[in-house]
Amino acid sequence: MSFLHSHLLSILIWLPILGGILVLATGDDRNAAMARKMGLGFSVATLLLSVLLYRNFDLTTADMQFVEQMPWINIFDIQYFLGVDGISVPLILLTTFLTVIVVIAGWEVIQERTAQYFAAFLFMEGFMVGVFSALDGILFYVFWEAMLIPMFLIIGVWGGQNRVYAAIKFFLYTLLGSLLMLVAILYLYSQSGSFSVLEFHKTPLGMTPQILIFLAFLAAFSVKVPMVPVHTWLPDAHVEAPTGGSVILAAVLLKMGAYGFLRFSIPIAPDAARELAGLMITLSLVAIVYIALVALVQRDMKKLIAYSSISHMGFVTLGFFVFNTQAMEGAIAQMISHGFISGALFLCVGVLYDRMHSREISSYGGVVNSMPSFAFLFVFFAMANVGLPGTSGFVGEFLVILGTYAVNGWIAAIAATTLVLGAAYTLWMVKRVVFGPVANDQVAALSDINPRETWMLALLGAAVLLVGLWPFPLLELMHASVDQLLEQARVIKF
Amino acid sequence: MELVYLLIPLACLGAAVAVGFLGSVVGRVAAHTIAIAGVAISFLLSIIVAVDVSQGHHFNGAIYTWGQSGGVVFTVGFLIDELTAVMMVVVTFVSLMVHVYTIGYMAKDPGYTRFFSYIGLFTFAMLMLVMANNFLQLFFGWEAVGLVSYLLIGFWYERESAIFANLKAFLVNRVGDLGFLLGIAGVLFLFGSLDYATVFEAAPQKETATLVSPMGYEWQWITLICLLLFVGAMGKSAQVPLHVWLPDSMEGPTPISALIHAATMVTAGIFMVARMSPLFELSETARSVVLMIGALTALLMALVGLVQTDIKRVVAYSTLSQLGYMTVALGASAYSIAIFHLTTHAFFKALLFLGAGAVIIALHHEQDMRKMGGLRRALPITYGTCIVGSLALSGIPPFSGFFSKDAIIEAVAHATIPGAGLTYVAVLIGVFVTALYSFRLIFMVFHGQRAENLDEAHGVNEPGWVVTFPLIALAIPSVVAGAILVEPVLSGRLFATAITEPVIATGSHTTAGTMLLHGFSGLPFWLAVAGVISAWVLYCLKPRWPSKIASTFSPVYRILQRKYGFDELYQCVFMRGSRYLGEHLWRTGDVKLIDGIMVNGTANLVGRLAEIIRHLQSGYIYHYAFAMIIGLVVAMSWHLWV
Repeated sequence: MSFLHSHLLSILIWLPILGGILVLATGDDRNAAMARKMGLGFSVATLLLSVLLYRNFDLTTADMQFVEQMPWINIFDIQYFLGVDGISVPLILLTTFLTVIVVIAGWEVIQERTAQYFAAFLFMEGFMVGVFSALDGILFYVFWEAMLIPMFLIIGVWGGQNRVYAAIKFFLYTLLGSLLMLVAILYLYSQSGSFSVLEFHKTPLGMTPQILIFLAFLAAFSVKVPMVPVHTWLPDAHVEAPTGGSVILAAVLLKMGAYGFLRFSIPIAPDAARELAGLMITLSLVAIVYIALVALVQRDMKKLIAYSSISHMGFVTLGFFVFNTQAMEGAIAQMISHGFISGALFLCVGVLYDRMHSREISSYGGVVNSMPSFAFLFVFFAMANVGLPGTSGFVGEFLVILGTYAVNGWIAAIAATTLVLGAAYTLWMVKRVVFGPVANDQVAALSDINPRETWMLALLGAAVLLVGLWPFPLLELMHASVDQLLEQARVIKF
Repeated sequence: MELVYLLIPLACLGAAVAVGFLGSVVGRVAAHTIAIAGVAISFLLSIIVAVDVSQGHHFNGAIYTWGQSGGVVFTVGFLIDELTAVMMVVVTFVSLMVHVYTIGYMAKDPGYTRFFSYIGLFTFAMLMLVMANNFLQLFFGWEAVGLVSYLLIGFWYERESAIFANLKAFLVNRVGDLGFLLGIAGVLFLFGSLDYATVFEAAPQKETATLVSPMGYEWQWITLICLLLFVGAMGKSAQVPLHVWLPDSMEGPTPISALIHAATMVTAGIFMVARMSPLFELSETARSVVLMIGALTALLMALVGLVQTDIKRVVAYSTLSQLGYMTVALGASAYSIAIFHLTTHAFFKALLFLGAGAVIIALHHEQDMRKMGGLRRALPITYGTCIVGSLALSGIPPFSGFFSKDAIIEAVAHATIPGAGLTYVAVLIGVFVTALYSFRLIFMVFHGQRAENLDEAHGVNEPGWVVTFPLIALAIPSVVAGAILVEPVLSGRLFATAITEPVIATGSHTTAGTMLLHGFSGLPFWLAVAGVISAWVLYCLKPRWPSKIASTFSPVYRILQRKYGFDELYQCVFMRGSRYLGEHLWRTGDVKLIDGIMVNGTANLVGRLAEIIRHLQSGYIYHYAFAMIIGLVVAMSWHLWV
């Protein structure tokens, strides 16, 4: 138990990676069944272990927990330094939960290079947990970049027709930003004499370096979130990615950018963060309103949901930069909730795509007639996307609006337009896809979701309801860390 | 008792979930038995609670802590007082009647069990709304009833008109919710709590709190909050200009029109404002706005009701108009009278809708009144109960509507806030128009020539007892509820401390008897009678006159037929406008500017640069050798000379 406890984060990182290697070792598609079972086994084991992380997490402190620290590359002072707080734990849980869902989602759908497919997701899981628990700048950077590779492959190998363009766009877009982040990390090392992120937090910096560092991190994080105007890779990547790729992309990858703001930008450059808050809030509001309008006119379901993701992530960045407890906690809750909901919506589109091989809204109509169970779940997740109270989508939006209102009523009012716009683009799509008379023979011939599909959607649905009806445990998890973060944001460093 | 409170909404929820998931397994009879049992339990327990409350037993407590953030604890909890108790009884009673009625109305529908599941869910949501003890739960119930309304308007999801109407209803309501949510945020900001009791207690101290608007005006905080909350009420209770969704909501099955779009859900806004009476009492500006919006709705929508030919739409416009009356009462600080009218209206309007539904099923789903006529012999019970409902609606004494409507008019007459004078005129004209359209319906449907396509062979028969029983059960309170309730309401006994309002100024007529005496000599009564007689002249005596009048005043007639053009305006500005905007933002912003110039432009630039730089890497060794030599020479000479 004590070994498990003291090395839990390492296990959560390396177990799925080890699993990935073993799955790869099953070889070609003749052993696909084996690869699937192993993939499921490793992802479930990781999920169960991450529950242990939650169970043993101390709610009373904002200090890093489950810390592992040892030298890694001595000559450069680079450490293998892991630890989690109340902000990273929910994200790790989200990661391990969604990996299981994605493995279930790919079960029958992926028939070619099965082992490689499941291995890629297991690798990615390990790297993502690594990103959320690394406390050494270089270690963080390594995980951050490593994660690009399996994602690149997932889009490029199992993707749609235009997959190569999308994969390269995704890769270059994100790489460009992260190189600037590396420069910022190296600069911070020169100032603090350590790569420890916790040291970075304490290092005094002048206003100009702070601004530059903030902008360098912004380059990396804003691409990942993504924020306007560096968001255009996301719709393309989603459209071309296989369903599982889209799910992980929307549910977890986007959160890494948002997480970066909390772990790096705000505590390292608090003065710059306050100075540039106006810019960040403006970009967030543009994302919420402009992107919602763009989402309204999309003809491709995946593009529509991708744009919806950008709009919802606007709420996350808005919540961060008004520097208010409710808004910040709401933003983190929104990250988790968006993981469930966008993941579920992409799975729903995947369910339809597997049957009809079309993502065009106009190919559908009256799906409810042939797929009533599916329609029920799809409408449910659509309502969650709209932020209906009782679903997780409400928690984040509600708290962010409350928190923002306390700072500036006008900003809150502009953000609240999502109540109308979000409902417009989501439910208009639902109307055209799910309701109405049967549009064509293909729709009439659709078979309703099978038990496997029902399970994966029902699990997400349960999560959406649980967080929506009782967000208390989730919020409780982050109180101490958010308080500390807001204190760090108030520090004057120069 | 707390267990009883909890059981009231949960009985409905449990029934709804059970019917929803098991309905197709257990069959129709079991499904409706479960659903009716659930709501019947809720109804009986609500009666028990109401009796308990009348003995002074209030309750205000939390059930569980929903969440906590930034020092604010968000709870789910109940506030049980007189106001809640009245609403609970009304909601569960009408719901129970509608449940029974549905057995007959939906008998042949393939979505039978789904329908029962939805109305159970609705009753649950509505109960959560009225029983809330804080703004968060109020908003939960508020949105949940909106969801069920969305599902039920689009119940026949294959109809294009139905799924258009439900989307429209949801979006228009969301516009209201936007204001409502900002109002709630304002409450939290000003009071630091979302708990009713805490907020109401602190409200008087915050009366003088002001904020400065961008234009430099000083605004009273409470006024802003009240106006924002009222925007929510305008959405849910369909007040001009957010009323456009309610007529279209008639696409839903008729039992739903009775339950949700007449008796209960649409009155949530009225209930909410009455609940917030301690806040609204502090802002005359907000009340003035409420009053005028109400007057506008009451009169304008009644006029549209005159030209409708779809039987359900006539009743729908009547609902809009009556909601306007309730809003007027709120604006005149007569909150308890608004709830009084809400109660009587719930009975007689549900009755009228169910009556209209009975006509519709008897005629095999015909809704056009022009094709009806002379049905009073074939449908005696429906006819009789509809007469009762129409008399109550028109405010003829001693039917229930008379008491509540007369009290509203009296309250407006005594109101002194800006706009009260015009409002008084509007509600008086409204009385005449109400009686006219109500009896226009009665005469067109039940009197006159028997429509030729409805011969006896077609079998126009009164539906079974599951349909007629609810009609009778609703007709009884439509007659007597007013006379029974008027004294407790006007004396302030019924709502006691649940509503904060000034002493209701309705003269000395506070008992049923004096009010009746006064009523027969009052202007409203004669206006109503004039309306009934006009309807009789126009639609029985001289059936050619209406079309003549319509052609004589054709500009007015066309304006009314087009419902003042709200739909066209919104369609053009908001629907097409937002799509146009989205399309252009996408094409120029995302596709051209960002992807075209920035992303792919950069890629092309790199490509072109590479094209040039490529020549440097020729692959010939002597090129490289020369380059090295030149470099060496430059480096050496640099060191020599510098």
